[in-house]
Amino acid sequence: MAKEMLKGNVAIAEAAVRAGLQAYFGYPITPQTELLEHLSKRMVELGRVFLQAESEVAAINMVYGAACTGVRVMTSSSSPGISLMQEGLSYIAGSDIPTVLIDVMRGGPGLGNILPSQGDYFQVTRSAGHGDYHPIVLAPASVQEAIDFTVLAFDLAEYYRHIVIVAADGQIGQMMEPAELPEMRPVNEKRPEWALTGAIDRDPNIITSIYLEGHEMEAYNLKVQAKLKEVKKSEARWVEHWTEDMDLLVVGYGTAGRIAYSAVEEARERGMKVGLLRPQTLWPFPEKRLSELTDEIEAVLVVEMNAGQMLEDVRLAVSGQIPVGFYGRMGGVVPMPDEILDAIDTHYKRLAIRLRDKERV
Amino acid sequence: MQEQILFAGFGGQGVMFVGQLLAYAAMDANYEVTWIPSYGPEMRGGTAHCTVVMSDKPIGSPIVSYPGIAVAFNNPSFEKYEPIVATNGLLVYNSSLIDQKPQRTDIQMLAVPATDIADELGNLRLTNIVMLGALLAARPLLTLDQLRHALEGHIPSHRRNLLDLNLQALERGAALVLHTPQM
Repeated sequence: MAKEMLKGNVAIAEAAVRAGLQAYFGYPITPQTELLEHLSKRMVELGRVFLQAESEVAAINMVYGAACTGVRVMTSSSSPGISLMQEGLSYIAGSDIPTVLIDVMRGGPGLGNILPSQGDYFQVTRSAGHGDYHPIVLAPASVQEAIDFTVLAFDLAEYYRHIVIVAADGQIGQMMEPAELPEMRPVNEKRPEWALTGAIDRDPNIITSIYLEGHEMEAYNLKVQAKLKEVKKSEARWVEHWTEDMDLLVVGYGTAGRIAYSAVEEARERGMKVGLLRPQTLWPFPEKRLSELTDEIEAVLVVEMNAGQMLEDVRLAVSGQIPVGFYGRMGGVVPMPDEILDAIDTHYKRLAIRLRDKERV
Repeated sequence: MQEQILFAGFGGQGVMFVGQLLAYAAMDANYEVTWIPSYGPEMRGGTAHCTVVMSDKPIGSPIVSYPGIAVAFNNPSFEKYEPIVATNGLLVYNSSLIDQKPQRTDIQMLAVPATDIADELGNLRLTNIVMLGALLAARPLLTLDQLRHALEGHIPSHRRNLLDLNLQALERGAALVLHTPQM
């Protein structure tokens, strides 16, 4: 397929349609409303389900119900709407059913504003609801990745019977870039064995998240943990730039990672030995790779559009072996490449002083 | 080559569309390109802007602190963006509506009576296309032919009857620059 000029939100919506989305339930919220708008037209055209719910709480519970029948189902929202979905997400996770959720993050906390943010990192990677689990979280940095990750999200969700969140931000949702959509996949008519399809000529399936006995609940939890261990082993994804021969590593994802790319490129042109690691999965976090790189570098600089959330995962991976610096903007303010370059410059100079002192000793 | 172009004006002056048009033409010419709107809580009658970045390399940031080119359609945009154009950059401004004197001496200034020209052509909504024609004559980021193709390819079907008028507007804007001795 040829490249088209596509807006992030529309691209995600169309990618979901082509990945075989059968039912969408959602509630409008800026900066992701174009996603809903596109689906309201396309899903109806194709004779599939589009339903604008009365709230995000209703939408996520409709998703829960539809997902139990084994069809490809999705919802989307932005930060405050994702907060409202937490209970439903936990029930979905506790029922082992596949669900795709798009979060086009905006400034917060509270009602906040409609500008781009990465303030939901904790909300989406830590559990997205109560209980012991992590959703799989994909973080696109371009319209093309938003498309690719949306398709991937459905496949991963089905394979692991798990929640997959595409965590974009207002900038990815609103910008236009040339990107290529996938071919239209046929809708999967065959339902999985576990699905609730009417139990004609078979024993009934039961989907529940209630285990009143402690040991039963624990046994279920152990199963979830075993699944997550497998996800952790197989699904970490990331991109590296200029990571050979470097002293300072910049780590950033999504829009912040993309802007950091410009800053690191400029820093390289100025002769600084700087590289970039851009996690594409926030959970599982590419901790193994970061830990390997830690042996080769002198310091890390984390760049985010929040007060330092992925920073904690970076610190865990680095385990105190080298200094970890941070540069972030909050509340919907997007860092400019020159700000990040200044931060790189500052950390690079500190590093040079420390290395010189080390040599003296 | 990497160029950042910021378009700013009142809502309704076609600022978003003219940025998209440039982005379409850049994509068709095989450039990497990004288009990003201002989408904050904009006021009716307030200013809106969009930024286009085109490059022959992958584009990191789609936004910049100091764009190389700014195109101002009204007074508030002129006030806001004249100070941030990069040194040796270009400010194209709609002199039909902007009555302020430029302050900067380290950037190129291009006054385009775009609203007057659009009025002469019989449709005020052509202001944006006149501005784009002038911009491309001053900085040949793309040829007028490439823009013509983009217009033909991306003008909405219910506006096809306005295609010729748009092409005229593009040429009038360009002619203004090409046939006027520049300082």
